[in-house]
Amino acid sequence: MNYFELFSLSPSFELDTALLSERYRELQRAVHPDKFANASEQDKRLAVQHTAQVNDGYNTLKHPISRAEHMLSLKGIDLSHESTTVKDTMFLMQQMEWREALEEINDSDDPDEAIEHLHQSFGEYRREIMALLAQKIDSDEASVLEQAADLVRKLKFMDKLQAELERAEDALF
Amino acid sequence: MAYSEKVIDHYENPRNVGSFDKNDPSVVTGMVGAPACGDVMKLQLKIDEQGIIEDAKFKTYGCGSAIASSSLVTEWVKGKTIEEAQAIKNTDIAEELALPPVKIHCSILAEDAIKAALDEYKTKHEK
Repeated sequence: MNYFELFSLSPSFELDTALLSERYRELQRAVHPDKFANASEQDKRLAVQHTAQVNDGYNTLKHPISRAEHMLSLKGIDLSHESTTVKDTMFLMQQMEWREALEEINDSDDPDEAIEHLHQSFGEYRREIMALLAQKIDSDEASVLEQAADLVRKLKFMDKLQAELERAEDALF
Repeated sequence: MAYSEKVIDHYENPRNVGSFDKNDPSVVTGMVGAPACGDVMKLQLKIDEQGIIEDAKFKTYGCGSAIASSSLVTEWVKGKTIEEAQAIKNTDIAEELALPPVKIHCSILAEDAIKAALDEYKTKHEK
């Protein structure tokens, strides 16, 4: 299933999310099961299936990571997160350092400042990865798409860090 | 999801946590990460001149299963030769810790950490 086609959008990583939401609402209205209250059982079933598809598609395209994964899978690249490990040492050392910094937030003299600093670092790094990903993911060359897949994996680490940072932030209050 | 007793034991009393001096020539480091959950694992091995793993230390940021998997392999590799350590499979780790299918990637991570550290050893000794 190509979700870009479902929403009549051009398959691009830099997606107009406002347009996506608009198309989503239109489609949702068109396939809403209430509209099929008097329809045949088969049409009702189809409407329910279609609604689920529209919801899945919207959730997939809305988030950059799942959008990129979808684009890669349309190009025949399977990320298999469960069995792939990242071995980029520089990247992993940075991840370790950030994890250590997160641990030290509570002991720091100014936890708010430490959190703010990490927010900035994570944000900058994330934007760098996203910009690179946008460049690479439109390629049709297998080697470039592999690089894009690697960037998606790195984004997943950044998501995890972001979640941990928010947890540390919540724990302060 | 319930953790097995062995996972809980390693999680609560992790063996060999910490770091060696990375400038020590007998120390090699393997760093790996699991995109599925954002876990990061660092495994260091101290290998003597006969190619026997004298000591091992780890540092892992991740769930209980990831910590248990790395703690377990530090115990397993001690006293082993490079070849023996190389032969450790993720399935052995998963079986020993009774990891559920959703946590298999933690054992893959630990296996790959050993491999990454031994790769560094080989690169060092080719020179």
